[in-house]
Amino acid sequence: MALEDLYREVILDHYRNPRNRQGLGQANAVADGSNPLCGDEVRVELLIEGGEVTAIGVTGHGCSISQASGSMMGDAVKGRNIETIRILTGRFKGMMSIDGADDPGLDPNRPGAVLGDLEALQGVRKFPVRIKCANLPWTTLEEAIKNFVASH
Amino acid sequence: MIDTDAIRSDFPILERRINGRRLAFLDSAASSQKPVQVLDAMADIYRNSYANVHRGAYTLSHEATEAYEAARHKVAVFLNASSDEEIIFTRSATAAMNLFAYGWGLNNLESGDRILTSVMEHHANIVPWHIIARHTGAELRYMELTDGFRLDVEGARDRFDDRVKVVAVSGMSNVLGTMPPVDEIARLAREVGAVVLVDGAQLVPHAPVDVQTLGADFLGFSGHKMLGPTGIGVLWGRRALLESMEPAEGGGEMIRDVRLHESDWAAVPHKFEAGTPPFVEAIGLGAAVDYLSAIGMDNVLQHDRELTGYALERLAGVPGLSVQGPADTVDRGGAISFDLAGIHAHDVATILDQEGVAVRAGHHCAKPLLRSLGLTASTRASFYVYNVPAEVDALVDALDVARRIFGLDSP
Ligand SMILES: Cc1ncc(COP(=O)(O)O)c(C=O)c1O
Repeated sequence: MALEDLYREVILDHYRNPRNRQGLGQANAVADGSNPLCGDEVRVELLIEGGEVTAIGVTGHGCSISQASGSMMGDAVKGRNIETIRILTGRFKGMMSIDGADDPGLDPNRPGAVLGDLEALQGVRKFPVRIKCANLPWTTLEEAIKNFVASH
Repeated sequence: MIDTDAIRSDFPILERRINGRRLAFLDSAASSQKPVQVLDAMADIYRNSYANVHRGAYTLSHEATEAYEAARHKVAVFLNASSDEEIIFTRSATAAMNLFAYGWGLNNLESGDRILTSVMEHHANIVPWHIIARHTGAELRYMELTDGFRLDVEGARDRFDDRVKVVAVSGMSNVLGTMPPVDEIARLAREVGAVVLVDGAQLVPHAPVDVQTLGADFLGFSGHKMLGPTGIGVLWGRRALLESMEPAEGGGEMIRDVRLHESDWAAVPHKFEAGTPPFVEAIGLGAAVDYLSAIGMDNVLQHDRELTGYALERLAGVPGLSVQGPADTVDRGGAISFDLAGIHAHDVATILDQEGVAVRAGHHCAKPLLRSLGLTASTRASFYVYNVPAEVDALVDALDVARRIFGLDSP
């Protein structure tokens, strides 16, 4: 049934045990994102050193999809440089577009694959009203990076 | 008792299947479904009697105008208003509240004055006052809730002071279902000479309202929550107050004379109805009022209460579920908000939707209230004349599915 496509075990695991859920005292890039319609809120804090995200904190509250997406996103971008993160963000949003195809490049077992657990969020596409939940942390991440680039 | 089988047969949408399931529509507090009588009344105007109102001296315009004014009369009778002129058609409850805030508030409030409202208000009865407070320098103050989710009028007595010029309160909370004692609030307001606005967006659809005994001076509500179409609402006001109130919008229809540098207003209610009004929608609302009156508003209230009582009883058996609202059905309407431990409201709503159960999830346009309850979102089920106990059962079954998916089944 479709619900099992949405609520994969790995998503529920990230929801119950979110990774990277901490404030970053030493962050040099921060952004807050919210979805005023449903009240989901996400804060992304980054420490960017030498063009690379060396630490990330993702905090906030909201539904399992927005929170799991944020948790997975933290794992996926940590230790990567800004350019790679841009590509990753584009890929993720592509995967989330209603007419997006399942991207074979998203296979977490493929060598060099970067999305990892994020692949589990593909089922969200079948629930159009929830796509914005999955995208919220990523939009906020983009905002944080934009803020960083603008001020450096 | 009301005949729900007969009523349901008037609502074609209830035949729909959602995700392969029979639809259980439990979101009437957001907007109700429409009976064929309302759809037909509107189609009849468009098909047979359509032309702009209050303008042309020809048959069609005359017929449309008659039907529009007949709708006004129906609403006046429904509320037991003193005259049809006390019924102002607006776009919605929101527009009605804004009309009062701008038309009355902007011209009667000044720095040092106070606007008294409550924490359980919908944004439509808070944000307009933020704007008016900014313009006039008046200060906004709040009545709080008791631990039992009732409005703490007793605890707010000292807030009814001479500086309070307007008391704006909901007749029924769209989140809690709480129906505060409007008569008592109005009595306290009158003692300090304040004008009373009641947000009737939930009250008017769900309970008998007689403006002669309600205690309010103004009452705003929407057609779409009471079986009528979108795009139509009502501001009722006491005639003398309406006559002294300034219009909030200018344009056609609302004038007696227009010269180059000034104009005179038409008499009430037209003074407040600038431009071509949503008259087909008003006629639809008239048909909705006919429909509700045929059932009887006492019966509507009793039906909602019985379903609410049944739902409260069944929801009490769902592990981890807590209801935000009075635990009994006394002075309570059929909107039940709840929190399910371990599952966010959006996830609840998505899973329920897969089971054909339509509920609302989110902050219900009452962020100050949710914040005061320590929540950012909740799930709400709400009932109306066409709902039946089997739909409450469907809700409870679907909540079990949600708990199972989230691995919350208690051993
Ligand atoms: C208590 C209350 N007040 C005001 C409103 C606003 O109604 P509308 O959106 O139809 O203007 C609503 C409905 O959303 C409500 O429940």
